[in-house]
Amino acid sequence: MNASARRVAVLGGIRIPFARQNGPYARASNQDMLTATLEALISKFSLEDEVLGEVAAGGVLKHSRDFNLTRESALGTRLNPHTPAYDLQQACGTGLEAAILVANKIALGQIDSGIAGGFDTTSDAPIAINEDLRGVLLELNRANSNAARLKALAKVRPQQIVPQLPRNAEPRTGLSMGEHAAITAKEWGVERGEQDELTVRSHKNLAAAYDTGFLDDLVVPFLGLERDQNLRPDTSVEKLARLKPVFGGEQGTMTAGNSTPLSDGASAVLLAGEEWAAAHDMPVQAYIVDAQTAAVDHVHKREGLLMAPTYAVPTLLARNGLGLGDFDFYEIHEAFASQVLCTLKAWKDPVYCRERLGLEGPLGEIDVDKLNTHGGSLAAGHPFGATGGRIVASLAKTLSELDPAAHPHRPGRGLISICAAGGLGVTAIMEAAA
Amino acid sequence: MSDRYQQLVNTPIGKIVSKQIGLPSPVALERYERGQPVISGPVLLGAAPGGRLAAATAKVLAAIDADVHTPLQEHVRTAAADASLEAKVFNPDAAPEDQTFKALVFDAGGIEDSEQLREVWAFFAPTVRRVRKSGRVIVLGTTPADCTRPRQATAQRALEGFVRSVGKEVRKGATAQLIYVGAKAESELESTLRFCLSPKSAYVSGQVVRIAASASSAEGIDWELPLAGKFALVTGASRGIGKAIAKVLARDAAHVIGLDVPGLQRELEDTIGELGGSTLVLDITDDDAPARIATHLVEDHGGVDVVVHNAGVTRDKTLGRMDEDRWNMVLSINLSAQERIDDELLAREVIRENGRIVCVSSMSGIAGNAGQTNYATSKAGVIGMVESMAVPVAKKGLTINAVAPGFIETQMTAAMPIATREAGRRMSSLAQGGLPVDVAETIAWFASPASGGVNGNVVRVCGQSLIGA
Repeated sequence: MNASARRVAVLGGIRIPFARQNGPYARASNQDMLTATLEALISKFSLEDEVLGEVAAGGVLKHSRDFNLTRESALGTRLNPHTPAYDLQQACGTGLEAAILVANKIALGQIDSGIAGGFDTTSDAPIAINEDLRGVLLELNRANSNAARLKALAKVRPQQIVPQLPRNAEPRTGLSMGEHAAITAKEWGVERGEQDELTVRSHKNLAAAYDTGFLDDLVVPFLGLERDQNLRPDTSVEKLARLKPVFGGEQGTMTAGNSTPLSDGASAVLLAGEEWAAAHDMPVQAYIVDAQTAAVDHVHKREGLLMAPTYAVPTLLARNGLGLGDFDFYEIHEAFASQVLCTLKAWKDPVYCRERLGLEGPLGEIDVDKLNTHGGSLAAGHPFGATGGRIVASLAKTLSELDPAAHPHRPGRGLISICAAGGLGVTAIMEAAA
Repeated sequence: MSDRYQQLVNTPIGKIVSKQIGLPSPVALERYERGQPVISGPVLLGAAPGGRLAAATAKVLAAIDADVHTPLQEHVRTAAADASLEAKVFNPDAAPEDQTFKALVFDAGGIEDSEQLREVWAFFAPTVRRVRKSGRVIVLGTTPADCTRPRQATAQRALEGFVRSVGKEVRKGATAQLIYVGAKAESELESTLRFCLSPKSAYVSGQVVRIAASASSAEGIDWELPLAGKFALVTGASRGIGKAIAKVLARDAAHVIGLDVPGLQRELEDTIGELGGSTLVLDITDDDAPARIATHLVEDHGGVDVVVHNAGVTRDKTLGRMDEDRWNMVLSINLSAQERIDDELLAREVIRENGRIVCVSSMSGIAGNAGQTNYATSKAGVIGMVESMAVPVAKKGLTINAVAPGFIETQMTAAMPIATREAGRRMSSLAQGGLPVDVAETIAWFASPASGGVNGNVVRVCGQSLIGA
């Protein structure tokens, strides 16, 4: 990052528990969830009537009426109404991209503080009217005589009552994200067993994070839900082994257990420059050091849809003079257990690293004991836009709890890697404050 | 010459019947046609840790643009990456059952003692049933004589038993070969690996090929026309296997000088004329034949690059009934004449740098055959000639090798009694006779300028016949 830039501090974050689709949040809107989350953050950091630099947040599944959802949510909170806000969207990378945007403005001195957030509901999903009917209605709207209006209305047909539902498919391939992931899993020879093991580890780590109180100030109850609804503390490889494959055909290895479920939720983190933090007497948990996004060509080159982080991370590491092993914690978004495993296999594969990533040799290996140490998306669920905020807040707290004596000569470090639809990947490096 | 049994068992009803009563069911072998890729289908490459041949193998696979898969093991993936081979990943434990390969190639060169032979099992046991029709199983090892330690040599020698057994287990026209690569001979692998992978080796199975370091280089060779600018003498070229040899060498762009006896002059001229070659009519057993051949080659072509000693006869009788003429004729044509011709060509340096001598032995020369004491003696002698001449010719930058055909469908075999003929056809792993072109393709591999590392080898073209070694 530019040497003249200011350091960007993560002061902390919060989220509501993530619910499964059509669960306790079935009737909650994105705006309800984001507003509740921002309110919780305001309470946590006593931000009542504070004018912040901005609030940036986004979600993937939004109603057309929600063109200014973040602003509307912020207006519904105790934040000072003079705080600007905007929406953004980058598929599953939305939440982390929001943090990067706010961080960059702080680094450049354009703002001193800001909230980055994300949200998504798969329950209160937008349903659009039939595309044919929309055409008729628009024509009716353009008509300037009764005859023309009648002519337009005459085009209404019974089948036009069928609405257009949001599709969980890549527009350019027609394949669902799970089907894409199954193709990549097959390419890498990922076994069912290793996916289920990773899934169990995710659930155990998240359960421990609740049991030890780590999440006490990171998760605030909402609509009666206190913990992530998807969490199964007692799951096991044996139990997961009973599930039938849902992606990749009958011989597929991906199940409802080792894939993230559709979920609802929201998250938010408070970022600031060091001066603002000091002036407000808020301790710094961690710094956002640098970030990198990348994209793969899943359409023409048939690269793995979810493999873009494999490209982003080497660039990010090179720019910061770091190796893959130079981190204490790795937060790799578990869209699917197979996605994480493919990413890890790719980074240690001489062929992939040379032919695809243009590296001299393998990027390296990751110690799985440092991976998603407080649980991942497989256990928590994955409301698309909310995952980035969950990870940034959790990693910042994890880094703040790291014993500085662990590395007398360097700060504690964490790496975030999030894959997203459209062949996108968003990654970032964070450092402990101490 | 047509194999009616094979045609019958490949009809829908024939397939059912032969399967029910356990008859051999030979499939139509894939054979090479000009312009084809070396291998049509995915190749699975594996290696024991520490192998030195995976890198050279990966280079060849990259050169032939093969669709390569490998296990996700660092040493194999590194070899692939070093060869700029964008190899896909294969994990038998995760792959669907219908994922199959045209070839399984395994570098066993890293195996240092008998306990590590487990690596061979580990690679092939979960994959051998994924070999496609007319598929290939190829194991690469280190020539036992070039091993530095006894245990290593023992383990490498053990591979022969493995490969020969796999050859007998694989079905549907698939073959298995062992390629021993000697010290510093990694760069010589390409011509042999291409041959073993391709349909050119359709009727070669259960064979062991030894490759040694040589001064020649395959660099710049046109693999479609490897004999461009080369002159090849083929004896007995007018018909049968000799005709097939002439055709294949001409296909590979050689100028063929076809040689045969005066009685076959017309046939010879017809055969060679079509190929755009030239003819030389004489009896190789004549006293002045070696000198006339040498002079002809020097005067008309400035020398020769490839000499194929194909001319041969049979005069069968059990030993007690064999007259001296039968004995002398067979020994003279099949062995002595070849020795005299070679001596003359070598003495007068008619064979050019990087030249090739290729002989034709026989399964009888290896296994012996009742009624063929004369023939088997001559053909075993050919093997002796190859073995004894390998070092002297190598010093001149040449190679000498032999093919040993098994049951090849020719006019000679068509005239056999049916029981003998059927036994000859079925008693092999491929359960059918070979074609003259199968012998010719093997000779063309020996003859290639890229085969400088292949010297002193006797390779059987016998569909892994049960008879003989």
